[in-house]
Amino acid sequence: MAAVMRFVNRSRFGSRMGHQCLSLSRPAAVAKLVQDGASAGKTLPERVKIVEVGPRDGLQNEKTVVPSEVKIHLIDMLSEAGLSVIEATSFVSPKWVPQMADQVEVMMGIHRRPGVSYPVLTPNLKGFLAAVKAGAAEVAIFGAASELFSKKNINCSVDESLQRFEEVTKAAKEAGMPVRGYVSCVLGCPYEGKVSPDKVAQVAKRLYSMGCYEISLGDTIGVGTPGGMTEMLVAVSREVPINALAVHCHDTYGQALANILIALQMGISVVDSSVAGLGGCPYAQGASGNVATEDVVYMLHGLGIQTGVDLPKLMDAGAFICRSLNKKTSSKVAQATCKL
Amino acid sequence: MGNFPTTVKHCLSYEELIQDYPWLARWLQEEKRALTHEYPEYVKIVEVGPRDGLQNEKEMVPTRVKIQLIDMLSETGLPVIEATSFVSSKWVPQMADHTEVLQAIHRSSHVRYPVLTPNMHGFQDAVAAGATEVAVFGSASETFSRKNINCSIDESILRFEEVICTAKQRQIPVRGYVSCALGCPYEGPIEFTKVAEVVKRLYELGCYEVSLGDTIGVGTPGSMAKMLHNVMKEVPSSALAVHCHDTYGQALANILTALQMGICTVDSSVAGLGGCPYAQGASGNVSTEDVLYMLHGMGIKTGVDLSKVIEAGDFICKALNRKTNSKVAQASGDYSVHCRMKKINT
Repeated sequence: MAAVMRFVNRSRFGSRMGHQCLSLSRPAAVAKLVQDGASAGKTLPERVKIVEVGPRDGLQNEKTVVPSEVKIHLIDMLSEAGLSVIEATSFVSPKWVPQMADQVEVMMGIHRRPGVSYPVLTPNLKGFLAAVKAGAAEVAIFGAASELFSKKNINCSVDESLQRFEEVTKAAKEAGMPVRGYVSCVLGCPYEGKVSPDKVAQVAKRLYSMGCYEISLGDTIGVGTPGGMTEMLVAVSREVPINALAVHCHDTYGQALANILIALQMGISVVDSSVAGLGGCPYAQGASGNVATEDVVYMLHGLGIQTGVDLPKLMDAGAFICRSLNKKTSSKVAQATCKL
Repeated sequence: MGNFPTTVKHCLSYEELIQDYPWLARWLQEEKRALTHEYPEYVKIVEVGPRDGLQNEKEMVPTRVKIQLIDMLSETGLPVIEATSFVSSKWVPQMADHTEVLQAIHRSSHVRYPVLTPNMHGFQDAVAAGATEVAVFGSASETFSRKNINCSIDESILRFEEVICTAKQRQIPVRGYVSCALGCPYEGPIEFTKVAEVVKRLYELGCYEVSLGDTIGVGTPGSMAKMLHNVMKEVPSSALAVHCHDTYGQALANILTALQMGICTVDSSVAGLGGCPYAQGASGNVSTEDVLYMLHGMGIKTGVDLSKVIEAGDFICKALNRKTNSKVAQASGDYSVHCRMKKINT
């Protein structure tokens, strides 16, 4: 704010603008700009909302189809662990994503804890209508910051995908249903390589103007580092308010927690993560994918940030799903805690 | 925004502001730079894999494997490689071949090869074997000190004083380590004032640098910041290093915090060698590859060639018949993907 005072006191500014404008709008505009820069400073949020994507983003990448009762039990355990948002399933065509074919059964089978939202993915109007029928109360749509990724992933350009989503957001608005937006490849694309922060900002802005209450910025292949994360968030936060942004970091190169820390320092207070680090990286054989919720919660609690999450119960949920999948957890906290 | 007059709406648009006041964009950038984090331009990596890493291996690693590992690491640009440890082979059989290793490695002129010397006996053996830099290990926890080296913190420092004095006379630099800086497997949380006290003592005795070890990896950016804040009241940041274990996945976030506070020396271990002896199956040292990836991505220079470190890591993992702990190495296994990723991170 000292910066703002120096700005207001500049005489050449005073001589160029009328006093009226000086006292009303310019200082406010500049204060906002400096604040936005200052939010890249050192204060951390008191509270962070964790969006648990394990049951959808995590399980979606499993080769063997996970039984519906296992998915339902996992979601129920996560509900008990204090998570306030749990992405339950995806209303995509089972032809493309057989793992999510039991979408309706899962939606109807889970015990919906009051105060917890269970968003579901809806890539198009058809999926949206099916989701509503199955009792969904919140939906999510997925854009990409890379044209090649969009074409390879959902077989259309970024613009075409946004037009499809507009149908969904319109219908959701009419139904009074909140919509969350995702942007993938925000820090790099497996096909295009570098992705321009301005492109990310453009796509985020469109999703936000369409009516998404929150935009989750996904480092889809985990290549980002704190440098790239900062640059990208500066560009995006010029178009979308910080409190409507979330980060979805993959840990493929081990950078996730450092990237999340930088995002928190820049004012982000919503973080996506996946119990037990479920969900590999389909672009790098054997590499890890989603950051583990346990590891994120450990860091946040160590920083004195509230999450509402009960870490031991969360680890129980992680242990359960790993036993069911017959695989080791990707969470380091879980690995360390089981043995100590 | 609907009821504001047009002039005010014009005023509130960033693009319009910049058009009308071109100096504003430049000024705001300067302000932002002042408010955002500053990072060191260069970070020195201290590679501890051959000593701290291999020391934890149950199976004896053949001497030629150790030598080849160190020689490969010497070609990567790493400025410091901790080569071995002159402790009694009764306590650490893995390091019994210390003399052979030190004498057989090809010593690059750009690299330093410190060795651990817990006492005068070890120091003398190290010097006889050709060591030109040594390291001593203290602890911020009394219980850990007693269990690990069978004496109190005070007694250990007296031992080191002897080593440091003699090293000074022979103009051999001494590096200090303080373990349990963020927590102890026996005592739990550690008083940061105690950490600062031990660091200060080692520094005042003559250690040119003190490495702060999160021995069981329990630290988070919160505790790292508090600990460093306390330590930096007593010792300048230029004489400090961080040695983070990744047992709870916190290492890179902790290192980032340390960099934000002015630390510019980081210890790490190729392929994340060296488990955590206190948590069976848990990881230990942070991987050099993962640290380098982060630093380079942030535009911080290290002088190290990441691809050569990955090769060295590959070699030692094959020799030990195990998977790497480095996520960068795991992800880089698919070479074509690795090449595309390299383009992103340069």
